[in-house]
Amino acid sequence: MRFSVVVFPGSNCDADAWHALDYLGHEVDYVWHGQQKLPATDCVVIPGGFSYGDYLRPGSIARFSPLMESLVDYANAGGLVLGICNGFQVLTETGLLPGALLQNQNLQFRCQWQWLKTENNATVFTAGLNNHLLRLPIAHGDGRFYLPTEELRQLEQEGRIVFRYCDEQGNVSPDSNPNGAEGNVAGIINKQGNVLGMMPHPERAVEALLGGTDGAQLFASLQRGWEGLR
Amino acid sequence: MKEVRVYIQLKQGILDPQGKAVSGALQQLGFPVNGARVGKEIVLEIEADTDQQALELAEEMCRKLLANPVVEDFRCTLGEG
Repeated sequence: MRFSVVVFPGSNCDADAWHALDYLGHEVDYVWHGQQKLPATDCVVIPGGFSYGDYLRPGSIARFSPLMESLVDYANAGGLVLGICNGFQVLTETGLLPGALLQNQNLQFRCQWQWLKTENNATVFTAGLNNHLLRLPIAHGDGRFYLPTEELRQLEQEGRIVFRYCDEQGNVSPDSNPNGAEGNVAGIINKQGNVLGMMPHPERAVEALLGGTDGAQLFASLQRGWEGLR
Repeated sequence: MKEVRVYIQLKQGILDPQGKAVSGALQQLGFPVNGARVGKEIVLEIEADTDQQALELAEEMCRKLLANPVVEDFRCTLGEG
C-alpha cells in the first residue's frame, strides 16, 4: 500500500508512523500540512504529537491547515484515513468524526501499555484482526472521549465504537479506563466506515523489540481490508 | 480598535477535572468552596467601527475556532479598548 503521513508543526509521531509503515513493507510519503493537495495515496495517517503545540485545544488549529481541505474531500470521497492520538483529535475538530477529546479525568499524562477490546471487527480497518484483544501503547493527556449520552448511544447502535479500553481479560470497566472516556471509548469510525480515529498508538507496536506487535496486526488487517475494497 | 474579552468554559454537566482539583485545594486551605470551574479568557483587539460589530465578529470567531461547540460555551464582553 501507499501511505501518506501528514506532518504538522508539532507532530512528533510522524517519524514513528513512517518507520512502522516502511518496516511493514509499505510505501510512505510525508505530506507537509502547508501543501494544498494530497498526493495519490491509499491511506492517510494523521499521526500523534502536539500539532501547533496543542494551543487553544488539541487539533483545533491544525484543522485549518491548507492541506485539510484536500484531506476532507479525500475522506468524503471514501478515502481511508487513520487518525492516531493527536490525529484523532484533529479528526474530531475537523468534524470528520463526532465528539471531542478532553483533558484526562485524572489530570495525568498517561503513558503506558493498554489493553483494547475490538468492538467492531467488520470495518475495513479491523476485519482482518485475529484477536479480539489488542495491547497497544497510549501516551496522552487529552484523551477523554466525550459525546452527549444520546449521541453516544446512537454511535454504539451503529457499531461505530471500534475500540474500548479494557483489562487483560477483556473486561471493560472504570478500572480499565485510563482517562475517563465515556463508555471507555478508545476509537471510533465515521458513518461511511473509512475514517478511523483512535487514541492508542499502533505504529509504536510493530516490532517485538519495542515491546509488542499488535499494531502490526492492525496494519495487516487494514491492508487486507484495503485489498478487499479494490 | 475594540477590545473584546472572550470567556470559554466547559458546558455544564461535563466533568472539569482541573476545576475539581482547584476546588479540592481551596477546601484544603479552609475556604468554604463547593466547586470551581476553570475556563479560558482570550482578549481580542478587533478592528471594528462599532461595539456591536466587534462583538459580532468575536462571536463568529468563537463559533469558527475559539470554542468547540460540542463541549464548550462562550461569552463575549466589550473590554476597555
